[in-house]
Amino acid sequence: MKIPSDLRYTKEHEWVSVEDGVVTVGITDYAQGELGDIVFVELPEVGDEVEELDSFGTIEAVKTVSELFSPATGTVEEVNEALEDKPELINDDPYGDGWMIKIKLGEMNEDELLSAKDYKDMIV
Amino acid sequence: MAEKTIYDLSRPGRTGVSLPACDVPEQPVDQLLPDWALRRRQPELPELAEIDVIRHFVQLSTLNYHVDKGLYPLGSCTMKHNPKINEAVARWPGFGLLHPHAPEQAVQGALGLMHQLAGDLEQISGMTRVSLQPAAGAQGELAGMLMVRAYHQQQGNPRGKVIIPDNAHGTNPASLAIAGFEPVVLKSGEDGLLDLERLGKLVDEDVAAMMVTNPSTLGMFEKDLPKAARMLHEAGALLYMDGANLNALLGRARPGDLGVDVMHFNLHKTFSTPHGGGGPGAGPVGVGEKLEPFLPAPTVERGEDGSYFLDYKRPDAIGRLHGFLGNFGVLVRAWLYIRMHGAEGLKRVSELAVLNANYIRHRLSGVYELPYDGDCLHECVFSGDRQKALGVRTLDIAKRLLDYGFHAPTIYFPLIVHEALMIEPTETESLQALDEFCEAMIAIAAEAEQDPQKVTSAPLTTPVGRMNEGKAARELNVCCRVALAGD
Repeated sequence: MKIPSDLRYTKEHEWVSVEDGVVTVGITDYAQGELGDIVFVELPEVGDEVEELDSFGTIEAVKTVSELFSPATGTVEEVNEALEDKPELINDDPYGDGWMIKIKLGEMNEDELLSAKDYKDMIV
Repeated sequence: MAEKTIYDLSRPGRTGVSLPACDVPEQPVDQLLPDWALRRRQPELPELAEIDVIRHFVQLSTLNYHVDKGLYPLGSCTMKHNPKINEAVARWPGFGLLHPHAPEQAVQGALGLMHQLAGDLEQISGMTRVSLQPAAGAQGELAGMLMVRAYHQQQGNPRGKVIIPDNAHGTNPASLAIAGFEPVVLKSGEDGLLDLERLGKLVDEDVAAMMVTNPSTLGMFEKDLPKAARMLHEAGALLYMDGANLNALLGRARPGDLGVDVMHFNLHKTFSTPHGGGGPGAGPVGVGEKLEPFLPAPTVERGEDGSYFLDYKRPDAIGRLHGFLGNFGVLVRAWLYIRMHGAEGLKRVSELAVLNANYIRHRLSGVYELPYDGDCLHECVFSGDRQKALGVRTLDIAKRLLDYGFHAPTIYFPLIVHEALMIEPTETESLQALDEFCEAMIAIAAEAEQDPQKVTSAPLTTPVGRMNEGKAARELNVCCRVALAGD
């Protein structure tokens, strides 16, 4: 199971990377493995406002549906539209082609985020 | 896939019927119908002899798994035996051939049966009134939530939120959302039960109700339900009980006595009528005094002269949920089941359902993990975590059970149990059947240790092996070749 050390993590199993005031969000390798075959993702639209710790979408796998939680408050700048036709990208490459949204950062409480090590401790 | 479809078997010109010669003058169809209504080409209907049709469907039916074929331990689904006398009686011409538009005086027996069934459900549940209209459990939930909405509107504060415990049936949040409410999740306590402290923090003036399943989806009795009801009532909110698991409570506890304001019954679970594709279902809804005025119209009433009639004069009713009076044939079966058991018999039903679930819980407790290990009621929930550490997931265990000749239990639900296996044997299984099932589960656990690949590649003996469920959901294609007019 991959937990890249250059990313940060939420307790709800999203990964977070921050670059030039833009937060990229996806779900972790562990999360995609637990969900199993992903069949559908519902994401916000570009320009939508998202709130820290609030749901920004849903992810549907064969066995269950889960909510996706935003690590930051801000405006959605980009959405991974490839996921609409190929949600399996999240299973195949959760940290790469399976990214979900990019948020123009308003506020983010970084204390809420976990390091790779802390995230690993949480799931093991 | 090995099985051919009925279209694959079709041969042009083959037929299973000989129509008699036409004994009236034939009219060309284009003189009878306007041009726009005429087909441009013939519909592609399969052409087969009678024997081929029979063989095709008999063959398909032998591939099906059903409760008449073997144990069906789906948790929270109560797949009990459907007594054959139910079927015989529901087909009596007086029931089976009734016309829905028949006048009241011609269907007194049917109305009387409905009146009695509603009365029986009221007595079993302790609710004030029951409507038999909803066609299934989820529609009963929707009816209940629409009544909750109507009640609060009449009180002058429509309220926007409904509290849902995190082990709720998935239909609960869906039903309340369709009724226009916002779900608020209540996390269960360490013991898997309602956490009153957390509930206290969620209840406010905007909470319309809480929707609780009792016994819970962990198969546990919500012992604090009366306290929760008081907390909700003090804040002006209502308590909804999902009655899907009522099979554990018959003659033992009545939702109305526990403070429940509104609930639904699944006649196709507790009261032995057919399920799902074998349905249709019936999900009567029961209410306490506060919600009585909002029950769907019409209700079946009994006049002073002893005759039955339909009462449409219910100005506050939420409206109709079903054409005519609900799925009447299902009501006949449930009525018969209740009447044949009587009060003592129904109590025994629940006792045996609980005994059977606890028997399975004990026999498998050293083999599969039990995250919540107290006594259960009608169902028990294991975790496949121990097997997962060996590379065998709950999905694999479920698939392997098919090779042993059993239907799989409910898996990955409730969501609060990791790798959940939710097993409900029901009261109608014998000790021998329970033992055979437990032995299969034990054998699979041994395989997970010794030969995990056998389990992860299961099923090996079914007509079709492991399906690609992801692909099936992602690339849904249920196209049927039927030519439409104008094609």
